[in-house]
Amino acid sequence: MTALPPHVARQRWMSVLARATAADLADRLAACPALPDHIRLRGPESGLVMLRGRAGGAGSQFNLGEMTVTRCTVRNADGFVGHAYIQGRDHATAALAAALDAGLQDPARQPDLLRTVIEPLATAQAEQRAAQARRAAATKVEFFTMATMRS
Amino acid sequence: MAYVAVKGGERAIDNAHAWLAEARRGNPAVPDLTLAQIQQQMGRAVDRVMAEGALYDPELAALAIKQAQGDLIEAAFLLRAYRTTLPRFGYAAPVDTAAMALRRRISAVYKDLPGGQLLGPTYDYTHRLLDFLLAAGATPPPAAEAAEPAAAMPRVADILAQEGLIETHTDTGTEPGDLTREPLAFPAGRDIRLQALARGDEGFLLAMGYSTQRGWGGSHPFVGELRVGEVTVEITPPELGFAIDIGDITLTECALVNQFKGSKTVPPQFTSGYGLTFGHAERKAMGMALVDRAMRAEELGEDATAPAQNIEFVLYHSDNIEGTGFVEHLKLPHYVDFQSELEAIRRMREDTK
Repeated sequence: MTALPPHVARQRWMSVLARATAADLADRLAACPALPDHIRLRGPESGLVMLRGRAGGAGSQFNLGEMTVTRCTVRNADGFVGHAYIQGRDHATAALAAALDAGLQDPARQPDLLRTVIEPLATAQAEQRAAQARRAAATKVEFFTMATMRS
Repeated sequence: MAYVAVKGGERAIDNAHAWLAEARRGNPAVPDLTLAQIQQQMGRAVDRVMAEGALYDPELAALAIKQAQGDLIEAAFLLRAYRTTLPRFGYAAPVDTAAMALRRRISAVYKDLPGGQLLGPTYDYTHRLLDFLLAAGATPPPAAEAAEPAAAMPRVADILAQEGLIETHTDTGTEPGDLTREPLAFPAGRDIRLQALARGDEGFLLAMGYSTQRGWGGSHPFVGELRVGEVTVEITPPELGFAIDIGDITLTECALVNQFKGSKTVPPQFTSGYGLTFGHAERKAMGMALVDRAMRAEELGEDATAPAQNIEFVLYHSDNIEGTGFVEHLKLPHYVDFQSELEAIRRMREDTK
């Protein structure tokens, strides 16, 4: 079995952090050992990302419109550099997500942080998606054929 | 146009704006509207402002709606102005609408399409009777949930394409043009047209799309598929060198299936019009798809005679921020222009005496 590239695990936790609120992150962090001190190398700062679609859904790209994004980069006391890019303009969320990204790269802290922060958030996010999909499924049309009553 | 520097009126303007602020607030005995209330309970207005403001940020759109007293074009204008204050970090990967987390997905061409018809939270099939329970502040019962979640579903266009019955779209790999960086120029490629339509006025697109159905450039459309739901936004920051998700956005996608056409080299096949818009905005996405298809007339060897098929006409008039700017500027002082017209008309009347 070939090992996954090292950034696969990081992609996953960054995607979970991007979908969390600052309150979610603060709640989860309260349940684990404090993160090391860090200095901010960049941001938090808000800007725009241009979103794109494809003509016909699968063809050439076009620019659909922009979205607000906030990014932050920190270096923690253990020397790990954490990045965060999150939708919206919430600086507190971006700062916490960057500090967590730095902490999660530290092999000594990673298992604890995955267990107490990332996994519970991932489970909650998956449940939210599944709940919407169950509601959508409840609105699925069940066609039935009208039987003719000729005898 | 000639403008003349006008001095004075500052105090009148300040007082007018103070009254506006008071009027916007309304009766102080009525609770102040919160942005969360607008975002949660005026979702379609928020979606429209994001689409026409060309900026996805529900909270800012809610603020703009509050500030504009619900004038949605004014609110979209506020978003367009705000975006100019922010730096651009980059471009996202094209959204994958086939992987959309669906709330709604219907097709008017296949009854038994793979995945089925999901009605989602729709106004279709409502009786359009005013609901006085809402006036009384009733809380609705929770929505029903099926035991099993709906799965991701193939796009209808992809199903038709498998049989070769519809034109296929391939990515030419060219970098799309960007109206926020380069002014509109002609001929405008489909990339530019789709960007303009995505930020275009819903009423304009509805009317132009409607005109094609009424015979001004008809192309016999079917709704191949309409889907609403959430897609992931993915970017690749240079400092990371790999793609990351940065959040989810709600989109509405409409794929029209239009009248077949063939040529000596291509067997008859369906063609398509495409609509994609921020938020839950079916009328907008359908209008966009109708107009997109109409503007492809020349490309597909059809006579381009109707207004909706005239690319310059459509693109020059689809933007309601530009439209409102030019129409409403007529309110500004034109004293000198009018003075010269007055003098001219008096002279002419003298001459005829």
